Amino acid sequence: MTFELFLFYVFSAALLYAATMVITQRNSVHSALFLVLAFCCAAGVWLLAEAEFLAIVLILVYVGAVMVLFLFVVMMLDVDQASDRAGYMKYAPVGVLIAVVLAIELMLVVGPGNFGLDKFASPIPHAADYSNTKELGRVLYTVYMYPFELAAVILLVAIIAAIGLTLRKRPQTRYQDPAKQVQVKAADRVRIVKMATEKKWS
Amino acid sequence: MHFDSSTLIPVLPEIFILTMVCLIMIIDLFLDESQRQTTYLLTQISLAVTIFITLLVSSPETQVVFDGSYIRDPMSDGLKVFICIISMVAFVYSKEYLLKHDQFRGDFFVLGLFAILGMMVMVSSASFLSIYLGLELLSLSLYAMVAFDRDSKTGSEAAMKYFMLGAIASGMLLYGISMIYGATGHIGFSEVASAVATSGTDNTVLVFGLVFLVIGLAFKLGAVPFHMWMPDVYHGAPTPVAMFIGSAPKLAAFALAIRMLVDGLEGLHADWQGMLIILAVLSMALGNVVAIAQTNIKRMLAYSTISHVGFIMLGILAGTNEGYISSMFYAITYGIMAVCSFGIIIAFSRKGFEADQLDDYKGLHERSPWFALMMLFVMFSMAGVPPTVGFFAKLFVLDAVISVGLTNIALIAVFFSIIGVFYYIRIIKLMYFDKPVDDTPFEASIDTKVVLSVNGTSLLILGLFPASLLSICTAAFG
Amino acid sequence: MELLDSFLPHGLATVIWIVLKIVLIVLPLMVLVAYYTLAERKVIGFMQVRIGPNRVGPNGLGQPIADALKLMFKEIILPTKANKVLFLIAPLLTLGPALAAWAVFPFDAELVLADVNAGLLYILALTSVGVYGVIIAGWASNSKYALLGAVRSAAQIVSYEIAMGFAIVGVLVAAGSLNLGDIVRAQDGSLFHWFWLPLFPLLVIYFISGVAETNRAPFDVAEGESEIVAGFHVEYSGMTFAVFFLGEYANMILISALTALMFLGGWLSPFQGTFLEPVFAWVPGLVWLFLKTAIFAFLFLWFRATFPRYRYDQIMRLGWKVFIPITIVWIMVVGLAVVLELPWWFD
Repeated sequence: MTFELFLFYVFSAALLYAATMVITQRNSVHSALFLVLAFCCAAGVWLLAEAEFLAIVLILVYVGAVMVLFLFVVMMLDVDQASDRAGYMKYAPVGVLIAVVLAIELMLVVGPGNFGLDKFASPIPHAADYSNTKELGRVLYTVYMYPFELAAVILLVAIIAAIGLTLRKRPQTRYQDPAKQVQVKAADRVRIVKMATEKKWS
Repeated sequence: MHFDSSTLIPVLPEIFILTMVCLIMIIDLFLDESQRQTTYLLTQISLAVTIFITLLVSSPETQVVFDGSYIRDPMSDGLKVFICIISMVAFVYSKEYLLKHDQFRGDFFVLGLFAILGMMVMVSSASFLSIYLGLELLSLSLYAMVAFDRDSKTGSEAAMKYFMLGAIASGMLLYGISMIYGATGHIGFSEVASAVATSGTDNTVLVFGLVFLVIGLAFKLGAVPFHMWMPDVYHGAPTPVAMFIGSAPKLAAFALAIRMLVDGLEGLHADWQGMLIILAVLSMALGNVVAIAQTNIKRMLAYSTISHVGFIMLGILAGTNEGYISSMFYAITYGIMAVCSFGIIIAFSRKGFEADQLDDYKGLHERSPWFALMMLFVMFSMAGVPPTVGFFAKLFVLDAVISVGLTNIALIAVFFSIIGVFYYIRIIKLMYFDKPVDDTPFEASIDTKVVLSVNGTSLLILGLFPASLLSICTAAFG
Repeated sequence: MELLDSFLPHGLATVIWIVLKIVLIVLPLMVLVAYYTLAERKVIGFMQVRIGPNRVGPNGLGQPIADALKLMFKEIILPTKANKVLFLIAPLLTLGPALAAWAVFPFDAELVLADVNAGLLYILALTSVGVYGVIIAGWASNSKYALLGAVRSAAQIVSYEIAMGFAIVGVLVAAGSLNLGDIVRAQDGSLFHWFWLPLFPLLVIYFISGVAETNRAPFDVAEGESEIVAGFHVEYSGMTFAVFFLGEYANMILISALTALMFLGGWLSPFQGTFLEPVFAWVPGLVWLFLKTAIFAFLFLWFRATFPRYRYDQIMRLGWKVFIPITIVWIMVVGLAVVLELPWWFD
């Protein structure tokens, strides 16, 4: 067994373990943390497949940003786990049945029978100075330019939708406008009044 | 990659609408409440210009640009024009509703335009990647639109259900696409088609992918047994949003089916025909039967949509050009009917009164004979009563199905259509033979009235002269 | 390496060689961190007209060692109902990425542990992972103040990471490479070839975002002594606290070094291209890098002594409404300059 193969099995085993824990943990924060672990292991597997750009971006985007926000929300919410589990047993048999059927089907289809080495030659390893990032950038901005632009539009819609659904004008809230604060001059705040000296009270 | 500026010419409608929606968004930001109408007017003008540009760049031959991501052919031209027209009509009614209910906000139109852009992208996709992105663009805009009325509990619930099931459907679709990519090594429709032709059709991975593809498609179309979201979304969403979801996106969904199943996987016709038969028959059966039990007209229309989706699928599964033509004819007709039916609900509603119960339509004839007549046209057309256009749509589909020898299926379709006639006619009975329960005068703005009249009578006119619409559909599959 | 190879199997020798190199990087770094804390107290003391620590050893030079020993022998207190495993992992999650990032850092033209093509991305990914230490610590402590600190920190770091990432995008557009060594080589020429001039707004934004990312004053709301006691590490004591402390200072040094690398020409001599270049040719690049890093490391301390803490909404406003738009605009400017091959920097 080569070192790479050994690493592959380590990452894969950890990935499967983490993924199982994500759905079996009772505490949602633990689930989220296991999902982080799963992402890290997946990034490791991708690194072994010479997809270093995707692996790093997976960490950067999913671990570094998406899951942080996820944890943020999960920690803030007080999830009632008892009511979450109501009806769990009722639906469990059907769910398990479907999962098992699907898993068997998947194993039959996506196995070595259809995707074995006899069907697809193993890829040739790239030279050390091969830059994955450069290649991806090249096809992304030429061949896949149209889908790439579309993805940008989808993100724009997501922003609009998120703002549209959450932004409300609350008239009772008081805002500060820093631009106004900065422009304030002493004369606007303090009025110096000249008064004639009053006569001495006697 | 070959690129020069002439590459952009077929894509002009999409580029224009994207530019306009960004502009409108920024302009809307600087508008006062009182000038909000400007957003609406700009939206309508953009759609009109988009139609004009689409016609300008249209031609009988097919153009594929962006390295096989984008296709412009007569089908895409025809569908784009109808998507824009139906959406324009829908926006007229929407404005009426939003003004009546004090919800007139710019983001409704912005999101609507994005949804239209998504539909246009779907209609002229030449690869699985771009069609999926178009679908997501459409769906994402629709999810947000369903939750448009933020204070409505049913609206939020509907949006949540729609979002969840839509996400699952997208996942299914994507999984199917990944399988097909694994089996063929391509994502462009024409490359996939040629790969299927050379590798043969007994490829397990390919069929496995196809199953997921069809499931995703059925979810998006709302075919039984993947229809669960439809009644809740139609019921829970604000009426203009339900109208928007129920009309133009069906054309895009038709394009989705044609592009993926016909352009990409026609080699597997024998496989997907069987799946579509099951979906179509179940949809027609369940849609028509359950609609009878509804008391909410929006819910009833949702089930009616499910049954119509069955018919659209019926045309596709025939697998002949004649079938596709009839199916496209049906989809366009359905879009026009759906937008008109919701338009009447909107015209009839007022602040605090949604007019979404069947009983609200009692004695409509006495209150507004003209719009009762429009509703009559819609109901007759949906039921498939001659001489409305709905009759011809059903006729063409059945003709196509019979001509490929699926007579039994055609008989089943006819049988359930007859069941369906019951609930359409029931509305006509309520309108014409029952006494009105409240006699608030019928109030709608003049543009709504005019558009509604044109929309209603068009069902009759197209029924009397179906050749014009048919020729557009024929050209698409010439 | 050859020596090791001669009496060990090849694979093992490589591993040992790499471990040796890691030790060679980490040990000086730890010493640096220790004396950085002393420098902080001295500098802030100077700015506040105090003397600072001066009792342990000559001029207080033994202070960091005394501090370390004190922390090592203190009891580690585990709060009741705290999540033990996560509570103990959290400090390591702060320190780990801060150290791992140095793996791709070029100290000189040839002096780098792993010359990775996507080095910049790797560093960006690791700095973004660092936030988990804070979040997990805050949550696992089972304490209100700690949780508040964690939540504040999560929101802040995610916000500033965008501006930081965009600033880095500007650098990589200008350099045309993600490899840190190539980024320095792209600044070759003279003091005015360095990227601080064409990318000045990005330099400012990168460094300020770095300050925010490390939860340092004036962005230290995650600790916020006066409001939430000590934020996420309120429950930590002894060695666990020391590890957080080490992580924070290692991160500060990392940010300073990266800023020096990306905007001040890394190991390049500031006298390049002038008559002084041969005079200073004997100075190793490592020294120049160290001096440049020291500038930014000093700025960290200066900020802390000078600025009052930001209010939370002001932090968010600065990140989202000021930094992100500026970086986006400047990326376009840089892109334009690169396309037009603006002479001097991009020709």
